Amino acid sequence: MTATLEPSFLRQVAAPQLPTPRGPLSGAVVDALRGGPLRAVDVAGAAPYGDDLQLALHCCYELHYRGFAGVDAEREWDPELLGLRRDLERVFLAALRADVEPGDDVPAEVDALLVEPVGPGVRGVSHHLQREGTLAQLREYVAHRSIYHLKEADPQAWAIPRLSGAAKAGLVTVEHDEYGSGRPERMHALLFAEMMTELGLSDAYGAYVEHVPGETLAEVNLMSLCGLHRSLRGASVGQFAMVELTSSPGSERLVRGMRRLGCGPAAIRFYDEHVEADAVHEQVVRRGVLAPLLEAEPELAADVVFGIRASLFLGERLGERLLGCWDRGETSLRMPLAVDHP
Amino acid sequence: MPEPGPTRVLLTEEGPALIAGPVELELPDGTRVRSDRAVTAVCHCRRSRRYPICDASHRRKVRQEGPDA
Ligand SMILES: [Fe+2]
Ligand SMILES: [Fe+2]
Repeated sequence: MTATLEPSFLRQVAAPQLPTPRGPLSGAVVDALRGGPLRAVDVAGAAPYGDDLQLALHCCYELHYRGFAGVDAEREWDPELLGLRRDLERVFLAALRADVEPGDDVPAEVDALLVEPVGPGVRGVSHHLQREGTLAQLREYVAHRSIYHLKEADPQAWAIPRLSGAAKAGLVTVEHDEYGSGRPERMHALLFAEMMTELGLSDAYGAYVEHVPGETLAEVNLMSLCGLHRSLRGASVGQFAMVELTSSPGSERLVRGMRRLGCGPAAIRFYDEHVEADAVHEQVVRRGVLAPLLEAEPELAADVVFGIRASLFLGERLGERLLGCWDRGETSLRMPLAVDHP
Repeated sequence: MPEPGPTRVLLTEEGPALIAGPVELELPDGTRVRSDRAVTAVCHCRRSRRYPICDASHRRKVRQEGPDA
């Protein structure tokens, strides 16, 4: 057999199976994607961050990414599904607007993100995994994160044509690095897949959708929501900025946690790369994206702040779910993980 | 494609120097560190644990004590 240098993840194009519904909304979407008629559903009465609504939204959005096995790719533009998606988005967005305090001082928001809380009193998932988390908890964390990282940078790529001039060029500079700067073997999504494999997890796209709760889906749905709506491009940039500005120190903590747990080099590499990459991305996002965007479109300041705060809000909800479950000695997933080599 | 004109280096007020394009940095002991990024952040505050590459260690830190502190 001739050796191929190309990792199998890069050749992986298979679409995932449709997930199991978690209520009437996700049931309606999944049944419609299986070929049935789209049932009328009560969207207004649904829990905005609940499993059912978030899974329904996730399914609607995935049609714009990898799609689902056996589902015609043209369903992406099915007007009935798009109409339902819009109703779901309205409920989700209204809840976020109500739960997140408005603001328009982007520099103050950025300064706050650049202060690093340290010491024994800091409660956070990366702090826990650095100090005392178990390998099983690390695997759970990676399974949660896989919903985003196996398509890392894709939701923010929707924002590129919605920006202009220097802000667009700045965003592309960061995105280019996320996609490996022209070297597929350095794509961050691939580094994540290699970490999953080394931890005994599946690197198949969407493999853990069934496992993750609404809190996890909501974080990624916010990215898709803001990316797919031109009217929310400021929020998309805000969400991206939040990640890039806070990731470097958190990645360092995860590297330390993984070393403590004796993880192998392919596992450590993903977060190790992000310590350095996001120290640069922070600078490019602030100087090359946020500054020119706000100079060109100062009226977007409130949306940028909304994107930052909404993603922080959803990140804290997910963090609380993880730490709360782990405090009680429970799994943070909806079902236990099968591990390849325990 | 090389960028026309001289290499651009941005000296930031709080942290690293930002250098456009791939760079090779030589340390006083002769060690060479290569970075292929479109932009490289070179540590200027000397606090980086990955010196000469910035790791955001220049950030202001606020200490939060534990419940019994
Ligand atoms: Fe990345
Ligand atoms: Fe990044």
